[in-house]
Amino acid sequence: MSNKKILISGNEAIAQGAIGAGCNFYAGYPITPQNEIIAYMAKHMVNSGGVFIQAESELAAINMVYGASAAGARSMTSSSSPGISLKQEGISYIAGSQLPAVIVNIMRGGPGLGNIAPAQSDYFQATRGGGHGDYYLIVLAPGSVQEAYDLTQTSFDLADKYRIPVMILGDGILGQMMEPVRLSTKINKVSHQKSWALSGCLGRKPNIVKSFFLREGALEEFNISLQKNYEIIRKKEARYEGLFLSDAKVILVAYGTMARIAKSAISQLRSIGKKIGLIRPISLWPFPQAPFNVKNKKLKYLVIEMSSGQMVEDVRLAVCGRQQIEFLGRSGGGVPSEEEIINKIKKIL
Amino acid sequence: MEKIFIHPESLYDVPTHYCPGCGHGIVHRLIAEVVDELGIREKTIGVAPVGCAVVAYDYWKFDCSEAAHGRALAVATGIKRVRPKNIVFTYQGDGDLAAIGTAETIHAANRGENLTVIFINNAVYGMTGGQMAPTTLLGQKTSTSVEGREKEKHGYPLKISEMLASLPGVYYIERVSLQSPLEVLKAKRAIKQAFENQINNLGFSLVEVLSPCPTYWGQTPKEALDWIRLVMQKEFPLGKIK
Amino acid sequence: MAKIIINQDRCKGCLLCVSFCPKGLIKKSAKLNKKGLNFVEFDLKQECIGCMQCAIMCPDCCIEVYK
Repeated sequence: MSNKKILISGNEAIAQGAIGAGCNFYAGYPITPQNEIIAYMAKHMVNSGGVFIQAESELAAINMVYGASAAGARSMTSSSSPGISLKQEGISYIAGSQLPAVIVNIMRGGPGLGNIAPAQSDYFQATRGGGHGDYYLIVLAPGSVQEAYDLTQTSFDLADKYRIPVMILGDGILGQMMEPVRLSTKINKVSHQKSWALSGCLGRKPNIVKSFFLREGALEEFNISLQKNYEIIRKKEARYEGLFLSDAKVILVAYGTMARIAKSAISQLRSIGKKIGLIRPISLWPFPQAPFNVKNKKLKYLVIEMSSGQMVEDVRLAVCGRQQIEFLGRSGGGVPSEEEIINKIKKIL
Repeated sequence: MEKIFIHPESLYDVPTHYCPGCGHGIVHRLIAEVVDELGIREKTIGVAPVGCAVVAYDYWKFDCSEAAHGRALAVATGIKRVRPKNIVFTYQGDGDLAAIGTAETIHAANRGENLTVIFINNAVYGMTGGQMAPTTLLGQKTSTSVEGREKEKHGYPLKISEMLASLPGVYYIERVSLQSPLEVLKAKRAIKQAFENQINNLGFSLVEVLSPCPTYWGQTPKEALDWIRLVMQKEFPLGKIK
Repeated sequence: MAKIIINQDRCKGCLLCVSFCPKGLIKKSAKLNKKGLNFVEFDLKQECIGCMQCAIMCPDCCIEVYK
């Protein structure tokens, strides 16, 4: 890591993180609140020898990413909620063809055209595949601009390692806010030569990139192999941050920007002696099960989301009925405030 | 005696799933012959459509990618931009290129992507059971234009090649057919031109092939070729469009 | 002098070669191949001119032409 810090927005940090990780193909379409990503890529991709295309639509962009990834590139696209909906067919194909790719969703209010305020209402879409078929994406949720930079870099490595699409799930606040970021000095010796990629069949048998298996039993066989891959990822790639878990009577569960607000609430409550803790999932898929594996029946959880309640279902699954779970959410661009959180906790305690 | 008709190396010597008299078999072979003659098999990357030719990659002996229905030109753009020295082509039917994929087609052409496009126009959707295509002729009966295509309800047959020719980013467009050995050889010449254009970095090149679908036209293979010659070619005239 | 050899098991009986042989030398067989289709036949005693029109039209690469 260099000593130099630069002050940039979450969106720009994601773009810079990608370029630093050796991303050599970006295709996207403008949509608020992530336009800084496409603008940054337009300006800087060429300098790093990569390809930038403003596609005619989000769905053209994801299919260009499919092609670039099939040809061995480290490719990325970015959008916000309605645009991510458009990309679902392409994401399903990327998952089904076992291609690596990074997809950034800077969430806004929905459903439909919604608004351009921050939201966390695409959790289901992100963590339950999103498109058709039995597949998952790795989903990473940064909680700061530095983390947005770092996790974007990690996402390319994970995508290549497991041949899986990886999603960076941010929101409109994270995308716009500016914080100092320390850039990595690690020179990423990335190989765009992958044995399975399409590069022309010189010296080898032809490669085919596809997700179509018509022969009786072949698609089931393939799906079983995908699930085995997901099992390995579940075991190895779950990530979370835990605060004050050892003495907490109420544990808040929040991710991304919501976790920052939760931390402020915790800080205030701790200063008056209330034992409140936090589990901040950083990987939403695989969802970190381990910190919820606690026997104390008196413990309570408060899940806080900028949605009507999506991650809360994963918390319920992880808790498995052992403890009481409460929920606080605001939807359509509403953001739960520290006061709302504190008032809710006081009711629970 | 020596063998004078050579099976191309770029085509696997296997039976195909296509119907008797289907044009796909002929065009797959022409593409393979062209790739062999230009010596580019080890550089070529094909992008297959969704349609009867969805498994075209099982017949060609070079790198291939599948694409979602209509998205072949977006996929090909991604591949070519990352691997500009490879020869990248798409092989698409009338639904793939001119219905669901219209935006991707127009914009790849408008960007002047240095790609080769082989457009198989058989005026019907074969794989899904004979529905109306954008290029179905007025009066032509299909399973979704039961009384025949009517301009009031269904619009006119779409002349996508003529539309694309208006774009400055497009370098070459030619319409050919398979209705006789002479026309098949002309089709091969056009396909070769389209591949040579890419090798010479000349830009977006498209060959539209009027191809028979005997099954969904309700005709014998020979009748289907006659229908192309006597009826289809009047709506879709042959020749260099750009 | 020339001749053709037909892969009768791969022939789908589309009969395009029959239509396009300028000398009418290819005939539809009364027999069925393994696929249950009437394949085409060429009597080797005939005088093929090696024009290759049959092979050019065959969608299934069933015809080899020798000259």
